[in-house]
Amino acid sequence: MKLPIFLDYHSTTPMDPVVLETMLPYFTQTFGNAASRNHEYGWTAEAAVEKARAQVAALIGASDKEMIFTSGATESNNLALQGVAEMYKEKGRHIITSPIEHKAVLDTCQYLESIGFEVTTLPVDQYGRVSAEDVARAIRPDTILVSVMFANNEIGTINPIAEIGKVCKERGVLLHTDAVQACGKIPVDVEKMGIDLLSMTAHKMYGPKGVGALYVRRRNPRVRLAPLVHGGGHERGMRSGTLNVPGIVGFGKAAEIAKARLELDTAHSTRLRDKLWNAIRSRVDEVHLNGHPIERLPHNLNVSFAYVEGESLMMGIKELAVSSGSACTSASLEPSYVLKSIGVGDELAHSSIRFSVGRNTTDEEIDFAIERVVATVKKLRELSPLYEMVKEGVDLKSVVWTGHH
Amino acid sequence: MAYTQKVIDHYENPRNVGSLDKNAKDVGTGLVGAPECGDVMKLQIQVDEKTRVITDAKFKTFGCGSAIASSSLATEWVKGKTVEEALQIRNTDIVEELSLPPIKIHCSVLAEDAIKAAIQDYIKKNDGEDKS
Repeated sequence: MKLPIFLDYHSTTPMDPVVLETMLPYFTQTFGNAASRNHEYGWTAEAAVEKARAQVAALIGASDKEMIFTSGATESNNLALQGVAEMYKEKGRHIITSPIEHKAVLDTCQYLESIGFEVTTLPVDQYGRVSAEDVARAIRPDTILVSVMFANNEIGTINPIAEIGKVCKERGVLLHTDAVQACGKIPVDVEKMGIDLLSMTAHKMYGPKGVGALYVRRRNPRVRLAPLVHGGGHERGMRSGTLNVPGIVGFGKAAEIAKARLELDTAHSTRLRDKLWNAIRSRVDEVHLNGHPIERLPHNLNVSFAYVEGESLMMGIKELAVSSGSACTSASLEPSYVLKSIGVGDELAHSSIRFSVGRNTTDEEIDFAIERVVATVKKLRELSPLYEMVKEGVDLKSVVWTGHH
Repeated sequence: MAYTQKVIDHYENPRNVGSLDKNAKDVGTGLVGAPECGDVMKLQIQVDEKTRVITDAKFKTFGCGSAIASSSLATEWVKGKTVEEALQIRNTDIVEELSLPPIKIHCSVLAEDAIKAAIQDYIKKNDGEDKS
């Protein structure tokens, strides 16, 4: 067993060796520019890109002509939001989003506000879910776009995208969804779910870093986008720049494997994630699950260990590569805005750890993780004045704290 | 967060963890910080009434690795000092000893506050006695 154990599959995934094999020839042998129309090198590269386009499209029930390759999901989100805003600004300048989106969406919305667009941030429930009713209420005559993530990267909560898609269709508003964490993990179908734009990335599904895609609907309705990057008119003019052929080939292969393995991967992740959670909650008191208990990504577990601070917990479980919502682990010194949005108090946000399992996670690793987590939480609670006070019957809310920063 | 070996050592082997009887006359208790800020330190001292030497010190801390290390170090440093000497301990001494990064300086400030709060509590208890 290799240490530290990687339990951070939300951040990225190791590349599948089969994906690497598929990519390799495109670096050195068939290295052509996919835009070269006049010779064999270009044709081979173009054929490889088109094959990958179909593979990626198939994962989300799209047609290959609807996929635009990008450098990753941050670019896809920027292109979707800014591209729609610029193209449809004569129709309206109102955009709707949620508070638990990735920063690539939130910061882009903030930028759009700064140039004259109006953004409505929807409420979310205690699990981080947006409701279709709230979307319907927020839509105005000048609304051009709704952007709601498919599944959250911190708490794993899955949004009712099909219901939201139905509302958007009825009201004639475009729906964009950041599906980075959902693609390859749970079924995603742009037709059945009424999605008009969808962001995805290769490296979260055992593909290479630096390549992503944006699905752009071609009919009912035909979505048009103003490009962010101008130049040679690649990708139907929506994203110029020489295509990253090896990366795209790898993305295609990774998507093909993810589609074939979806049920297998889901069963594996769910079993190991549940094993971890059941052991933790049966052996440690005062633990809280963050996010939805059922409408949740199969590989996500986000837990707050009350009275123990997240960074010190991570120091104690240094053999495990996990992440925390604690302020002390972030550059901003602010605890997770996602946890804040779902009403988790700052003290519990400081105590949160996100575990995420994946294709390569083993029972042996989970058994080891359980022992380390349980032992470390117990040790830190022996050290915790809060745990001691609670055990003495003190109500922490009644204490007058000397707030420090 | 890349910590120095000293911080890791205090985190892994914290000195003087525990609690003293907060109702005892010769014990001073300081409780500083707030749960929502992610740091709470409880530091207690036991003082020899005649010599005013701190004979024992205990702590419990909810907080990051540097907060635990800063309070652990604080208990080591106050032991054997008189109350007046302990009041001279500055957070910058803790920063220097543990080589805390700038983002963690507030942990050392909190440890200094905890020492002062414990001493104040002790003085309040005993000065109150003197005046009566």
